[in-house]
Amino acid sequence: MEFFKKLMTAIRGGSRELGEAVLDTQSIRIYEQEIEDAKEAIKKAESDLTGVMAKDMQAGREIERLEKEIASYESKAISALDQDNEALAGEVAEKIAELEVELETQRIAKDKFSAHVNSVKEMIKQTHAKIREHEREISMVKTTDNVHKAAKSINQHIDGGSSKMVAAKESLERIKHRQQDNSDRMVASESLNDELSGESLENKLKAAGIGDESDRKKQVLERLKAKRKGNKN
Amino acid sequence: MNNLLEKLERVLGMSDTGSLNGLEYEFNPIPGEVEVVQVAFKDREELPIYLTQSESQMLCICYLWDDEEVISDKRAEMLEVMLDMNIPMPLSSFGRIGSRYTIFGALSLESSAESIARELTVLSDNALDAIDAMSEYLN
Repeated sequence: MEFFKKLMTAIRGGSRELGEAVLDTQSIRIYEQEIEDAKEAIKKAESDLTGVMAKDMQAGREIERLEKEIASYESKAISALDQDNEALAGEVAEKIAELEVELETQRIAKDKFSAHVNSVKEMIKQTHAKIREHEREISMVKTTDNVHKAAKSINQHIDGGSSKMVAAKESLERIKHRQQDNSDRMVASESLNDELSGESLENKLKAAGIGDESDRKKQVLERLKAKRKGNKN
Repeated sequence: MNNLLEKLERVLGMSDTGSLNGLEYEFNPIPGEVEVVQVAFKDREELPIYLTQSESQMLCICYLWDDEEVISDKRAEMLEVMLDMNIPMPLSSFGRIGSRYTIFGALSLESSAESIARELTVLSDNALDAIDAMSEYLN
């Protein structure tokens, strides 16, 4: 947002080197380097993430295993108690206590891995957004600069006389005139062709209803009818 | 960056002169800091199209009129009409470079021959229609 405003101010101010006004060449290079570094950081973070996620899953499996083992020892301890074997139950309880310490350690480790996974994922998301923003900004600066330089060349080309910049309405009139001229010439050439091939007179006669096929038929038929009538008389 | 003229010739498969969608054209490179190619269509030489490319896109620009040509008390209305027309106008948009109003189209650098050919001819048609339609705001 801030960047868009900067570019707008530079353009509104009619800055000579538009792209440069927003970011100089050195800053663009630094910006581009930052993008490259960020992309590298993402690659590394993604590969680290796989490792941490694997550890997280391992800890999860270990917790499950320990919970099952504890449950199993607990039922064994209860069986020992059922047999009034206090000593055996005590030994089993000691084992359970050991397992519980181990379980707690694994739980703490898993929580750490999960938190790490989440923070790396968040970091990757933020870095992607930053890269996208930087790339868009650089593209805007470069396009602005490119258009400015292209416009400079075009203006020199126009002012140099190799191509004339005529008022728009006049240009349009000239183009329309030329198009009309072309279309008139085409009509004229078609009509000339028709005349040369003798079609024109035939077409005119046809248009006037003279000499066309149906008319001739009618005339013949009438002539024959008249002749027949004359013979009868 | 690929040479723009070479790319046009390679992509469009043609030489400096030829025909695009029924319009005869002529390509001319324009000297300068960045690569610019002028495309002039036959009988429309007054309104050539300028092609240039940056890292991210190819731009086709046609200069329409200068600020000086605008009837000053109709400028605001003209600008509003241009904004309103920007969306319905096929493939092109209005813009301004310095004091010159333009009509332009932006293309991806990977655009196909058909897209470039269509862009150029539609832009030329749009330029003619735009000047015709906006004449009432011009001196």
